[in-house]
Amino acid sequence: MSAAIELALPVQPIHTISLFVNNVPGVLVRVSLVFSRRGFNIESLVVSPGAEGDFSRMTVTCSGEHEVLEQIIKQLSKLVDVVHAIDHSTDNSYEVEIALAKLECSLSERAQILQIAKHFKARAVDYGPESVILQANGSSEKIDAMIMLLRPYGITELVRSGKLLMARGKKTT
Amino acid sequence: MAKTEDSLDPEMNQKLPTGGERLIQCLEREGVEYIFGLSGGAAMPMFDALLDSSIKLILTRHEQGATHMADGYARSTGRPGVVLVTSGPGATNTVTGMLTALMDSAPIIVICGQTITSMLGKDAFQEADVTGITYPVVKHSYLVKDGSQIPRIVREAFHVATTGRPGPVLIDVPKDIGQDPCDAPFTDEVFLPGYQVPSRGETQPIAQAARLLRDSRRPVLYVGNGAVISGADKAVTTLAEKLRAPVVTTLLGKGAMDETHPLHLGMFGMHGTAYANKAVADCDLIMSIGGRWDDRVTGRLEDFCADAVKIHIDIDPAEFNKIVQPDVSILGDARLVLEDLIPQIEMADTADWLEQCEKWRKLYPLKYPKQGGLRAQHVLDRLDALTEGQAIITTDVGQHQMWAAQFLRARSGRHWISSGGAGTMGFGFPSAIGAQFGNPDKKVWAIVGDGGFQMTLMELATAFIHKLPVNCLIINNNFLGMIRQWQEMFYDNRVSGADLEGNPDFVKLAQAYGVKGLRIRRPADVDRILKQAHDDPGPCVVVAEVVKEDNVFPMIPAGASIAEMLIEKPKGPLAKPTGST
Ligand SMILES: Cc1ncc(C[n+]2csc(CCOP(=O)(O)OP(=O)(O)O)c2C)c(N)n1
Repeated sequence: MSAAIELALPVQPIHTISLFVNNVPGVLVRVSLVFSRRGFNIESLVVSPGAEGDFSRMTVTCSGEHEVLEQIIKQLSKLVDVVHAIDHSTDNSYEVEIALAKLECSLSERAQILQIAKHFKARAVDYGPESVILQANGSSEKIDAMIMLLRPYGITELVRSGKLLMARGKKTT
Repeated sequence: MAKTEDSLDPEMNQKLPTGGERLIQCLEREGVEYIFGLSGGAAMPMFDALLDSSIKLILTRHEQGATHMADGYARSTGRPGVVLVTSGPGATNTVTGMLTALMDSAPIIVICGQTITSMLGKDAFQEADVTGITYPVVKHSYLVKDGSQIPRIVREAFHVATTGRPGPVLIDVPKDIGQDPCDAPFTDEVFLPGYQVPSRGETQPIAQAARLLRDSRRPVLYVGNGAVISGADKAVTTLAEKLRAPVVTTLLGKGAMDETHPLHLGMFGMHGTAYANKAVADCDLIMSIGGRWDDRVTGRLEDFCADAVKIHIDIDPAEFNKIVQPDVSILGDARLVLEDLIPQIEMADTADWLEQCEKWRKLYPLKYPKQGGLRAQHVLDRLDALTEGQAIITTDVGQHQMWAAQFLRARSGRHWISSGGAGTMGFGFPSAIGAQFGNPDKKVWAIVGDGGFQMTLMELATAFIHKLPVNCLIINNNFLGMIRQWQEMFYDNRVSGADLEGNPDFVKLAQAYGVKGLRIRRPADVDRILKQAHDDPGPCVVVAEVVKEDNVFPMIPAGASIAEMLIEKPKGPLAKPTGST
């Protein structure tokens, strides 16, 4: 589902969950099965090595009913390979996302596109004769807004990292 | 270990054990006495190693039977049951058994052969992505990628399977790893940072529960499988007596307190006793001791104990707020929580309440017609009188299971074994064989339907070969009885796919396997034949040729509330049930 449509139709609330997991084969399947079994749609999922080599980090944004979320967190925590699972939907964590957007554009449009990019502090990272790739980073909402403005110019490809998140201060992510 | 020393070459040229041998040695260190299984190419290194092991291999006739045997062994002894099968179809045949064990929290370890590591994912002969297929039916699983990990994996598997809320664990072993030399040292350590095992409960919710119990006038103790698993028999009884509260159990909670105890109202739920259900419907407080508020006991949730205080003791935190929102939840082992709770309990003012429960017990006893042919209920009632709770009873799934739950009163934990959560037909007979291996000095009776028996009957060979004293009572109504009952009640008696015409003569069938076969045709034969089978030192099949069209009552239709309980067969047609299955 594209971010723009998502904004227009908030069917179900979006949640952000961080997981600290054993870095072993199969852990991703085990985690995603918990979501699918309860009918949750995973909107984005980022997996990366943790600070200690034996563990990985996952940041998951997903949509589904609030009441079910508590169950999902508990089912995730129950997995032997999940060290902890934390719901960050309501806390004020630091969040960031990176997006790459390719636009096919005439020279005349290019200036307008770069104008929008500048406003969102996005960079043009590749120029072709008829295309440009923009790289933006910031909150997912900011990226949503930029994409909405760019859409009329024709985005041919969009790749987003998905939300990355870290709890502030001494709180655990 | 003698075995390792035997394999030392006298020429100092030490021969290392194979991975398969190492794995079997690890099982020996875990105290495994039996392995239930059936071989194939990928499992050969491990089967070979078993020849030199103290572990006894029980060759089954089907892998599903092996899983249920391991399950019956585990549930009756409290020790994990172990299964060994080959790759591909051998492994997929264990899926039903793992689901059964998962749903009922039984500790089993399923070890599968797998294709060689270099062929993984290349559609090798008899390759199946067993780890992938089984994710939803295991508590945890391992695909062994490196022989040096064998000791750690086996130790972890046993730890995970048997602690906390027990469950099935799968170990998938590629054949090259089973064959290659492996001298990885044994280990006793477990490092699982993501795995916590709750034990004692927190003080504060326990104190809160004690206060609520004291203030209750109409309390009910709802006892589930968690109480059996944690060995809370004594604690449950002490609590009930101290509080003077009636006790009801789930299908799997049977035996957590002696069902002949005056405070025990029997099983509640869909086919529970009317008096247990009435007590639950009317209570002002219900405390689940290791029960998970399954839909088979709650019926329609909105109506279930709507105004009663709810307390929930469970070792699995994911059970809290899953079905009901308890007023107090206590995370911990049922026995340990009760032991902390009991000293804080004062006798509640429940005299009127107990009197009311007794009235219901007298008003709505379990009953069945004494005329008109042989009845399953009569046979089971007499088996209860014969065994007096001393035998281990296993059941299959269907009408006979519910009648057995009603009429065979479990006197102690781990004496009642039934597939509850999964409702797996074919479970009854092999689980009895497993229970018999684990309890050579006890009598074990399987109670099965003619339908379910035919799903795993080939294990008659296993019972025969090992001369087990296990008995199998077939309640033969020549129907998939429970299906026929639902069709009669909810589908205008349009019987679809429930008539088992073509059934074999089960007595002759038993005899063909070398097993004694006895038949009960008339009520007058019941006691004599049951006794004959009971006293026989070998396996016996007893076929009770019961009336074809009998129904289990009381019944709360799926998704209905307790108030809609049918004590006997209703006159008119009924609406289709709305609840799960
Ligand atoms: C493997 C499996 N298949 C189907 C069912 C659905 N089912 C539940 S009870 C039942 C009938 C069982 O018949 P039988 O074994 O003859 O026992 P009875 O009900 O007659 O006592 C069926 C088919 C099931 N529980 N398990």
